[in-house]
Amino acid sequence: MIRFTRVTKEYPRLGAALSNASFRVAKGEFVFLTGPSGAGKSTILKLVYMEERPTSGEVRVGGLSSVTIRRREIPELRRRLGIVFQDFRLLEDRTAEANVAFALEVTGAPRNAIAGKVSRVLTQVGLASKATSYPRELSGGEQQRVAIARALVNDPLLLVADEPTGNLDDRATRGVFQLLREINASGTAIVMATHNLDLIRRSDYRTIELNRGQIVFDSTEAAQAAMERFAE
Amino acid sequence: MPAVRDALFATRRAPLLSVLSITTIAFSLFAVGLFGLVVLNIRAALEKVEERVEIRAFIAEKTPVEQIALAAGDVAKYPEVQRVELVTQEQALERARRELGEFKDVFEAEFLPPSIDVHLKPGYRDPESVHRVADRLRALTFVDDVRFGDEWITQLYRLRNIAGIAGITLGLAFAAVAVIIIGATIRMAVLARSREISIMRLVGATDGYVRRPFLIEGFVKGILGGGLALCLTWIAIRVIGGYLSFQTVFFDQTVALVGVACGAMIGLLGSAFSVGRHLRRV
Repeated sequence: MIRFTRVTKEYPRLGAALSNASFRVAKGEFVFLTGPSGAGKSTILKLVYMEERPTSGEVRVGGLSSVTIRRREIPELRRRLGIVFQDFRLLEDRTAEANVAFALEVTGAPRNAIAGKVSRVLTQVGLASKATSYPRELSGGEQQRVAIARALVNDPLLLVADEPTGNLDDRATRGVFQLLREINASGTAIVMATHNLDLIRRSDYRTIELNRGQIVFDSTEAAQAAMERFAE
Repeated sequence: MPAVRDALFATRRAPLLSVLSITTIAFSLFAVGLFGLVVLNIRAALEKVEERVEIRAFIAEKTPVEQIALAAGDVAKYPEVQRVELVTQEQALERARRELGEFKDVFEAEFLPPSIDVHLKPGYRDPESVHRVADRLRALTFVDDVRFGDEWITQLYRLRNIAGIAGITLGLAFAAVAVIIIGATIRMAVLARSREISIMRLVGATDGYVRRPFLIEGFVKGILGGGLALCLTWIAIRVIGGYLSFQTVFFDQTVALVGVACGAMIGLLGSAFSVGRHLRRV
């Protein structure tokens, strides 16, 4: 699904945001990216949805390579991904259903198919009754659910979430995380950047820890190494 | 069509910005239009003066009338010539008395020679053409003298050329300023929606999809701004004409439509340029 091969990302004034990072994410996998602020979590996510291109190395997502992808192919890639942010990024002057429908309209989906899909996905995130509400009329947790519904409406193979619970209280955090678990259980891979160690501890998903742009821990590799030591 | 709906949506959401864009386009084009009208009216005034350009070939005494009439027919066939007037001695006397009313008693005897008065077509009233025709008339055996106000025509054409060059230069400067102001206003509208653009792109909108509502919006604002500029120009020229009590010339239908189309094109291209630049940056 995702393959990072010796990826380095440098910014002219800030220096290296990511150094020589290599890892893979398989189909249907749930991966936490964690680490302190500025560790490179968001950079990895931006490289996944090709908002940024690596300075060196290669990022492959769903068969598309950062080395060969053309600008006009990027929208196609993003339609195969779902992207969720800490600040929700909803259009304030559109209702919840219009925000979700928007993600279908940009793909040129037929008008008669849109209403059904929007309704289905809003039901999935538990917001069927708030379809006609504007973002300002919704709580933080509900707004994030709308954002997740928007990310899901195109049936993505991969959902990329950048601190999706960062602005939420504990109760809303638990609700949103549970929703992400359900989405993952239905086969969608998820890469989630988070500071919330509680969430990481409460689940047994793979965790990649970053510090100063370097991968300092990958739970899968650590488990594999332990297995190898045990076998010896 | 989502692009039309999005364009309407954007206009409704930020009506003040839309009104600002339309009035900026309108006032910028109004300045260009007003300047255009000044140039148009100066040209119209100069054309009226140019209509008075004529070449008068005085005929030698005792030339048979038939020969003069034949020659006048030939002269009328010159490509530069609009019409030829054959003026007999009697007609010349009558004209002199009419034009110089207070001295009419001076012209008692038929001492004015007959003449062929040659009027030139528009576009052939420049000094070079006038000299060319005058030389041909001078070559006719029965022509005594040729008069056409050499110095006056040269001065008139110098004035016409200065007006033309000043008109083009200032017109281009006005148009450039208008494009820059309109471009800046459209850029403001694009920046005001940068968040929406970034969300569109994140959910997989192509550049074309993002650009379309801006182009429609820019085009419509351009038409409205152009139309408003046309109305303002019309009102201004009426007021100025009434105040100065002189006959003014307004744009004909084609020029007026071209003006509105220019507004639409500036709106369209300004939007395309601004949103394109924004898309390249994000």
